[in-house]
Amino acid sequence: MDGDSSEYLKERVLAAVSQGAPLSIIGGGTKHWLGSTPSGEALPVGDHRGIVSYEPTELVLTARGGTPLAEVRSALAERSQMLAFEPPAFGADATLGGTVAAGLSGPARPYTGAVRDFVLGTKVMNGRGEILRFGGEVMKNVAGYDVSRLMTGAWGTLGILLEISLKVLPRPKAIRTLSFEMEAVKAIERCNAWAAKPFPISGACHSRGRLRVRLWGSVRGVESAAKILGGDDIGDVIDHEGFEIDLDPASDPACESAVEPEGEHFWAALREQKLPFFAASDPLWRVSLPPGTSLFDIGNGDRSQGECLIDWGGGLRWIRGGADDGKDIRLAAKRCKGHATLFRGGDRSGDIFDPLPSDLRLLHERIKAAFDPGAIFNRGRMYPGI
Amino acid sequence: MNPSHSTTLSPGKSASGASPLGTPPDFDRKERRLALLHAFRRFLPESCLIHEPEALKVYECDGLTAYRRLPLMAVLPDTVEQVKEVMRICSKASVPVVARGAGTGLSGGALPLEDGVLLVLARFNRILEVDRINRTALVQPGVRNLAISEHVAPLGLYYAPDPSSQIACSIGGNVAENAGGLHCLKYGLTVHNILELKVITIAGDEITVGGEALDSPGYDLLALMTGSEGLLGVVVEVRVRLLPKPACAKVLLAAFDDIQSAGQAVGEIIAAGIIPGGLEMMDNLAIRATDDFCKAGYPTEAAAVLLCELDGIEEEVMDQIVDAKGIFEACGASELRIAEDDAERARFWAGRKAAFPAAGRISPDYLCMDGTIPKRELPKVLNAMQALSQASGLRIMNVFHAGDGNLHPLILYDANKEGELEKAEAVGARILEICVEAGGTITGEHGVGVEKINQMCVQFETLELAQFHALKAAFDPEGLLNPGKAIPTLQRCAEYGAMHVKGGVLPFADIERF
Repeated sequence: MDGDSSEYLKERVLAAVSQGAPLSIIGGGTKHWLGSTPSGEALPVGDHRGIVSYEPTELVLTARGGTPLAEVRSALAERSQMLAFEPPAFGADATLGGTVAAGLSGPARPYTGAVRDFVLGTKVMNGRGEILRFGGEVMKNVAGYDVSRLMTGAWGTLGILLEISLKVLPRPKAIRTLSFEMEAVKAIERCNAWAAKPFPISGACHSRGRLRVRLWGSVRGVESAAKILGGDDIGDVIDHEGFEIDLDPASDPACESAVEPEGEHFWAALREQKLPFFAASDPLWRVSLPPGTSLFDIGNGDRSQGECLIDWGGGLRWIRGGADDGKDIRLAAKRCKGHATLFRGGDRSGDIFDPLPSDLRLLHERIKAAFDPGAIFNRGRMYPGI
Repeated sequence: MNPSHSTTLSPGKSASGASPLGTPPDFDRKERRLALLHAFRRFLPESCLIHEPEALKVYECDGLTAYRRLPLMAVLPDTVEQVKEVMRICSKASVPVVARGAGTGLSGGALPLEDGVLLVLARFNRILEVDRINRTALVQPGVRNLAISEHVAPLGLYYAPDPSSQIACSIGGNVAENAGGLHCLKYGLTVHNILELKVITIAGDEITVGGEALDSPGYDLLALMTGSEGLLGVVVEVRVRLLPKPACAKVLLAAFDDIQSAGQAVGEIIAAGIIPGGLEMMDNLAIRATDDFCKAGYPTEAAAVLLCELDGIEEEVMDQIVDAKGIFEACGASELRIAEDDAERARFWAGRKAAFPAAGRISPDYLCMDGTIPKRELPKVLNAMQALSQASGLRIMNVFHAGDGNLHPLILYDANKEGELEKAEAVGARILEICVEAGGTITGEHGVGVEKINQMCVQFETLELAQFHALKAAFDPEGLLNPGKAIPTLQRCAEYGAMHVKGGVLPFADIERF
C-alpha cells in the first residue's frame, strides 16, 4: 500500500497553478469539519504514504504525509515508543500529514510538548510544485530557517507535507490516574502548583466536578508521586498500561447523561472528544489561556460548570454554546491573554480562528505568497484570503 | 566556556577566507556616518552612539574572532521606542543593521558590516516580570541566560536551555541562534522553552509573536523567528517558560576501551527507554586534556568516557541508575563510577565543561565545529575524522553531546605556523561535509553566521535556498537585516560549487567518503 505519489501531486499542482484553480488537500478526510469549510478541487494525498525510516535508538521516525496515524502509532508501540504529544485522530483514517498540518496535540501537551515541538524536518511541495527539504532527522539543527515548524499548524496553506520527521519518545513504564472530587477553581490552583514541582504529571483534566491527574514514569517514581499528590483528597486510583487506545471512530460521544469512562478510556475519550461533555450539538469553542487563569468568565451572566471542560492543567478550556458569533467568547479570551477557536459547529463561513492584528495579517499574506504565490493551497482554510 | 577561547587567533591577523561578505562599500563612508549621526542625535544621547574607530574596536567581532570588521557605527539604545526609530532611519536610508547581544556567538552572526549600523542590545538587561503561577518570565533581550535561572531559583524554577556560554550569553542571542546546551535531549532547545517574542521589524514596526497561552492563532512565527540569526527582525522582549528544578540528579561516569562500545552504549540507553538529562562523550585526547587542566580524575587511558546524568524524582532516578549501570556493563565499560554527592557530581562535569579552555592549553589555537549526525553514524564519522587528522597532521579533539548527536570537534592548530589556519579551516569544512553525508547537519546549535555560509550550499539545494530568500523578503524586502549571514546567495553557492568541481582546493581528496 505504501507509495510515492509525489510525481502525480506535482502534475496536479502545476496544472492548478496554470489554471489558477485552487486545490483542497485531503488526507484521510477526518478533519473536514475543522477550520473554515474547504474550497477548491480535492487533491487526495492519502496514496502518498508509508513509513520511510524508523530508528528507535535515534528516537526519530520519518513517514510520508499520507501515512495513517494509526500505522505510525502501532509501529512505535511495537518498539515501546510513542508520539508524546498524544495527537487526536478524529477518525480511523487520520493521516500523519493532516495531524501535523492541523497542529493538534492531546492531553499530554503541557507536560511533554506540542506537535511542533516534535517536528524535526519535512519534505514539502510548495505552490510552484517544487519539492524541498527542511530540517532533518537529527535532534539539533539550526541550519536555515525553521520552515518545518512553520508548516506545522499552517493547515496546508503553505504547501503539501510530503514527508515528516518526528522525534519520538519511549513509552512510560507505569501510568496511573488519580481522581479527586474538586471544584474547578481549586483544581486549576492545584494543577498549577503541582506543575511548579518536578512531578511526573502527563495530563490534568477537570470535568463535572472531578479532577483527573495522570502520572507516568518509572514504577517507583509514579508510586512516590501518587502518594504525595494523593494526600487526603484522593478518590480513585487506577493503574493502566496504555493511554493511546483507539476508540471506535464511528461511535458518537456517550450521551450527555452518561457516566464518564475511567483510566485509559478517559484519556482516550478526552483526546478524541468522545466524553459525554462533547455530546451536545451546540457550537464547541476551544479557548487557549495562560494555565493559571482562574475561572474563565465570559461576562454574559451565569454559566453552569457543566458547560466548561478544563484540560491542560488549566491551559485549555472547552466551552459549549455562547452567542452566535462568539464575540463574547473571543473578547473574554483576549482579556485573559489567550485566544478562542470555533472548533465544532457554528458558522463555518465566519471567523474560525481569532482574527489577526493587521500587521501580523500582512505578514501572513506575504509568507503565504512566498510559498504559494498563486494561492492554490487550501485557500481560506485558516483565514480569508490565506 | 570562555567565549574568547572558542576560536583564537593572533590579534589583528585576519582569517584566510578574508571577508566572506566581500565587496568594499561603494559610497563615502564618512559622509554616510555623519548623516546617520545627525539623524540619530535627534533622539539619542551621545552616550548611546559610538563612532570613533578606537571605541568601535570592542565590537569588531563576536565569539568567532577569526573574522573582524569595524561597523559604520554602533548604536546602544535604552528603549524600544529608540530601537524602532533606529530601524526606521536605517530602513529609509537603506543602511544594513546587524543586531548584537552579548557577542558570545561562535559563528560570526554578530560580525558588523563596514557599511552598516551595529545595533547593540546590551542595555536591555532587565527582568521585567516573573509570573509565578504560570511559570514564565518576561525578560529583555540583553539579560544573561544564567541570570534568569538565578533570579527564579528561590521559586524552585529554572530556565532549561544551558549553552556552555550561559554565564555570559544573552537571551536575545539565544533566540537568534536557537541555542541548545547540555540538556537538550530531555528539555529542548530555545524554541521549546519560549512562549512569546516582541519583535521590531526593519520598517520599525512592533509585532508580537506567540503569546502567554500555550499556542497562538496563525502561523508559528515564534518558531520561525527562533534561530533566524537576526535576519527577520530584532527581538526586544522574550517571555520564557520556567521549569521546576529536578528533585534529584545523579551522574554516572563510564569508561570504554573503544569508541564503538561507547557509541553502542548510547544507543542502548535510549533503546531501554531512558532519556538522560545529559549524555556526553569525550574521546581520549579530550579526556587527557581536560584531566590535565582541571584534575577531574577521569580514567586517562580510556578511549572514550561517557557522562550520563539522570534526573527527576528520586525513586525514578534510582530505578534508572540501576538500568543504566546494567547497560554500561553489558556494553563492556572498563570502569563505572557513580557520583556519591553533589561535589563529586560537579567534579565529573568540571572536566567536560572545561573542554574548550583545556584545548586552549594544549594548543595555541583551535577551531570549534558544530555538526550533528544520527548517533548510529558516530563510529564512521569519528574514523573519518581520525583519517583527516592523520592526513593533515592536525590533532582533532572530540567532545560530543552524545544523546542528541551533536559533535563539537576541536581542530588544534598554530596560527603562527604558515598555512596552518588555512589547513584547519579546510579540515573543518570537510568535517561539516562529512556530517551532511552522514545524514546530519552543519550546525546543531552554533548557527551558520558567516562561518558556515559556504557549507549551507552543501546542505541545501538551490530551490531550497531560493525559498529561504523568498521567506526573508516577506519580512525584509530590501535585505537590510544582517545581510550576508546564515543564508548564502545563489551566486555565492555557484562560486563555491565551482571551487569544488575544480578539485585540489579541498585537501585530502583521497580520504574515504561516505
